[in-house]
Amino acid sequence: MIDNKGRPNRLGVVGWLGGGRWGLERYLYALHRLTGLGLLAYFVLHIGVTASRAFGEASWTAAMGRVSGPLFKTGEFLVFAAFAFHALNGVRLALVELGFAIGKPIEPVYPYRTSVDEQRPLAIGVMVVAAILVIVGGFGFLE
Amino acid sequence: MAAAHTVSTDVVFRVRRFDPTTDAAPHWEDYRFAAPAGMTVLEGLRHVKEALSPTLAWRSSCRMGVCGSCGMFINGRPRLACNTQIAELGGALVTIAPLPNFNTIRDLVPDLAPMFEAHAAAKPHIIRDNAAEQREPTGEYWQSPRQLEEYLQFSYCIKCGCCMAACPTYATDPEYAGPMPLAQGHRYNADSRDGGFAERKASLAGERGPWRCHFAGECSRVCPKGVDPARAIQLMKRQLVFDYLRLWKQPCPAPLAKSPAGVERREGIPDAPARTI
Amino acid sequence: MRDQRLWTWHIGAGAVILVLLGLHMTIMHLDAIVRVFSPQPGEPIAWANVVARGRSAFFLVTYVLLLGAALFHGFYGLRNILFELNPGTPAKKALNGFLLVAGVALFAVGTWAAWAGFTVARGA
Repeated sequence: MIDNKGRPNRLGVVGWLGGGRWGLERYLYALHRLTGLGLLAYFVLHIGVTASRAFGEASWTAAMGRVSGPLFKTGEFLVFAAFAFHALNGVRLALVELGFAIGKPIEPVYPYRTSVDEQRPLAIGVMVVAAILVIVGGFGFLE
Repeated sequence: MAAAHTVSTDVVFRVRRFDPTTDAAPHWEDYRFAAPAGMTVLEGLRHVKEALSPTLAWRSSCRMGVCGSCGMFINGRPRLACNTQIAELGGALVTIAPLPNFNTIRDLVPDLAPMFEAHAAAKPHIIRDNAAEQREPTGEYWQSPRQLEEYLQFSYCIKCGCCMAACPTYATDPEYAGPMPLAQGHRYNADSRDGGFAERKASLAGERGPWRCHFAGECSRVCPKGVDPARAIQLMKRQLVFDYLRLWKQPCPAPLAKSPAGVERREGIPDAPARTI
Repeated sequence: MRDQRLWTWHIGAGAVILVLLGLHMTIMHLDAIVRVFSPQPGEPIAWANVVARGRSAFFLVTYVLLLGAALFHGFYGLRNILFELNPGTPAKKALNGFLLVAGVALFAVGTWAAWAGFTVARGA
């Protein structure tokens, strides 16, 4: 292991969030992480809450009562939105990270058209579909 | 020699200075001067050193975008200083900092040793089982233009480190190999003359491998040579996944192209020159 | 290598979740459009509908599958994020152990609840 000379200069977690001069995909990556963590937190609680159905109707009704306030309903809508984004962006990532939709290696001629440019239509497409899903599903929450 | 019609603009170079022998922490210094049209950031730094601050330190060599020495963090993006016109940055303020995600040795000089170490660990050379042929070549290896296309793009890498500075994973995780070593590992995996996929898998399929890449794509966006390391890394993941699922096996490396026996050289075609090494 | 396998399963689990959680979200939130899995009147989460789904073998299997896939996918993702913050080797070992235990425990709870719904509902 080579000795590390010099003063540390890593960007740290700020590097995950970007800094304003970065591309769309970096922000999608940051949002994917954020929605993933949100979904995981909700999911762990969800397992606990829905397990109450094993104890019968009274237990279930009580549990549903506890999570029916306006704050919870807003939270559930956010979870639905997070799912819509995370799932569709995940489809894009699964395709791209398995080498699809990024184009073949080419002789680089300036201005370079990179894999990021090749998959950009897919990225826009999944965001549009996610937005449609959120709007359609959101109507259910308005009731 | 500036022509009479050359227009100069006043610019301010805001440079991150750090001298480990005297400074406790880095600090910014402003240098104001008139930059003629067409001046690159590297030329500007040279002017600063000659006229304003002789102690300014940075790395540069070819000044034409092929050596990879002058990677710096210019106006919030990793760029080559020689390849960046002051005018293209749009504005009178040019902030120059050393490449992030590497330790700063002094002023604008990053410590790139960890990157080169990771690069060496990716075994960036042709691996074949015939060591004698590798040492004393007797002929060429067959390779079609299509086979060349599979890896040619990734061979343009000049090891400048801009991709490493842009990578969000490398920003927090020094264990991650980074875009350049992974792309160069794939450059050799994709080379039909190479037979070393299994050997590289030992270092590339584990924790240091491409699994920490989540396709933020910044490496490809900042690469000054169009190498597109993001593409190489995703293709490497594809290869590794298909290998795990047994949907792909490394083909035999390209065979040696030997001249057929008993064929005379045509008249008028000279012999090849004698070997010099 | 381990990470090669884990990542492949992560993507596979994601595909499973896409289908099954998509189905779950359709049942729960798009009931205005698709009502086949909430045959009883009222909300999809009304007790009658919960029982109706609970006694179905299809839902038992798909809920357990979704539970397993989502726990694996989520905890591997969390592990990725935490490992990228560059903890020391003992912290990494501890995290691996904790996530494995927590994941298995939550899987046990969820499977038990699904099984209870399947068997109790049949008895009722």
